Amino acid sequence: MGKHQRFMENLIHAIFLLLGLVTVGCVLLITVYLVISGIPAIREIGLFQFLLGDTWESTAAVPSFGILPFILTSVYGTAGAILFGVPVGFFTAVYLAKLAPAKVKSVVESAVSLLAGIPSVVYGLVGMLVLVPGIRRLFHVPDGASLLSAIVVLSVMILPSIIKVSVTALEAVPQEYEDASLALGATPVETWFRVSAPAAKSGIAAAVVLGVGRAIGEAMAVMMVAGNAPNMPSLFESVRFLTTAVASEMSYASGLQRQALFSIALVLFLFIMLINAALNFFLKRDKEG
Amino acid sequence: MKKKTQKLLGLVMAAAVVGSMLAGCAQKLSGTVATDGSTSMEEVIGALGEAFMEQNDGVTFTYNPTGSGSGIQAVQEGRCDIGLSSRDLKDEEAASGLTATVLAYDGIAVIVHPDNPVADLDVETIAKLYTGEIANWKDVGGSDAPVVLIGREAGSGTRDGFESVTGTKDKCQYRQELTSTGNVITAVAQNPDAIGYASLASLDDSIRALTVGGVAPSEETVKDGSYAIQRPFVLVTKTDTKLSDAAQAFFDFATSADASALISKAGAVAAN
Repeated sequence: MGKHQRFMENLIHAIFLLLGLVTVGCVLLITVYLVISGIPAIREIGLFQFLLGDTWESTAAVPSFGILPFILTSVYGTAGAILFGVPVGFFTAVYLAKLAPAKVKSVVESAVSLLAGIPSVVYGLVGMLVLVPGIRRLFHVPDGASLLSAIVVLSVMILPSIIKVSVTALEAVPQEYEDASLALGATPVETWFRVSAPAAKSGIAAAVVLGVGRAIGEAMAVMMVAGNAPNMPSLFESVRFLTTAVASEMSYASGLQRQALFSIALVLFLFIMLINAALNFFLKRDKEG
Repeated sequence: MKKKTQKLLGLVMAAAVVGSMLAGCAQKLSGTVATDGSTSMEEVIGALGEAFMEQNDGVTFTYNPTGSGSGIQAVQEGRCDIGLSSRDLKDEEAASGLTATVLAYDGIAVIVHPDNPVADLDVETIAKLYTGEIANWKDVGGSDAPVVLIGREAGSGTRDGFESVTGTKDKCQYRQELTSTGNVITAVAQNPDAIGYASLASLDDSIRALTVGGVAPSEETVKDGSYAIQRPFVLVTKTDTKLSDAAQAFFDFATSADASALISKAGAVAAN
């Protein structure tokens, strides 16, 4: 290798390293900023009062800042979205990866990509005009803006990431596994669910976690269909998520209220770190086991 | 060819220099007008600022949408020329050496679904509805259905205006807290049992505005004070500090009769 070539090689290495560090730098910057701006309010309010308080009245004469309703709503909402979204997404992925004729597959896959590209405000608007009145009529409740509406919207929103990642994982399963299974007399359906899916389980787990991340972080669409009253979560009640609590009040907030909103963002951030840690744990165990 | 271009360029530059010198010599307004405050006043102040800058090339107009409280604080601390408030000054604010000049009035309409049989409520009943004291439409002459209360998020100027006029601060039992007037109108239009409030200017055919104490919300009724649910848009200045020339010119322009067309186009009712 010539001197010049080696220099170029090193230069390119350096450039790539630098680009990689940009991402790391952004994460660090955001983390540090969130911690610095999120801690003061928690100190002032008290950690337990903040996390376990069940009343949020940020602009009242005697304000109270309890975010337990938001935390529970985010957890329930995400769990609900996973409950609806994962089965639909998983079976769609199996169909697309194993069963669908090429033409159908290309149509469905482009539809899924399109679904992923729809801005969340459009989801919110359609939810507001179609879903919310629909739920009101269907369940005879006074108003359709509720946890259920948010769950339905979130389920649809997480479908693309679940489907795409699962399809990739299922398609990466070596053909030999399936051939062997079929040769042993298993039916195609048995092969898909007993051989292909388990072989792709780490990829599918990654898909689910991606879905969880998308659902817990979504603000705009949820804000338009969930009603945003800071109630304890209940399926047909108006609820406020962690994300919407930050987004809806941030534009006018000041003083302790504003600091408390940063603290909520910090809690949300911790949740997402927890989810990532869980994902890493499962993937690692999967590899070792 | 190249030479020609260079010559032309030189000529243009010379013209520009002379032009700017001439402009400097003329008695023309320059500088900046900084405004800070109420987010509810965004449309009104935006329209005024734009028109003002069009008339005075040399002036830069800025508007910082922070909220009435912050705007008043900003003018107090000298961080802006004119503070914008969508409420009257509190006593202690007025006592600290600030002057309020009413620029316009903002009427807040109480809106229901077009199919709702209720057509008129007084302020007291509206307050009772919003605090949950009356929870069924049949108690106010409507059909037997629960009242669905729709409002704005904490900190919104419209919510603040509505709650302070009706005396329901911190007591409203909202079913939905939405982040824009458009969303409130959409939500009310979708639910026959809903009641909401929105700025007078943003009303459309998908919803119906109630008359309040027999008075329909309109520019006239807001201006003559007979429509009850309204609040002032106020320009806040320091009483004993003179405004800069540019800021004074803007102040005069905004409160002149010429500006009233702009203000009403932006959805409020001009005071002058």
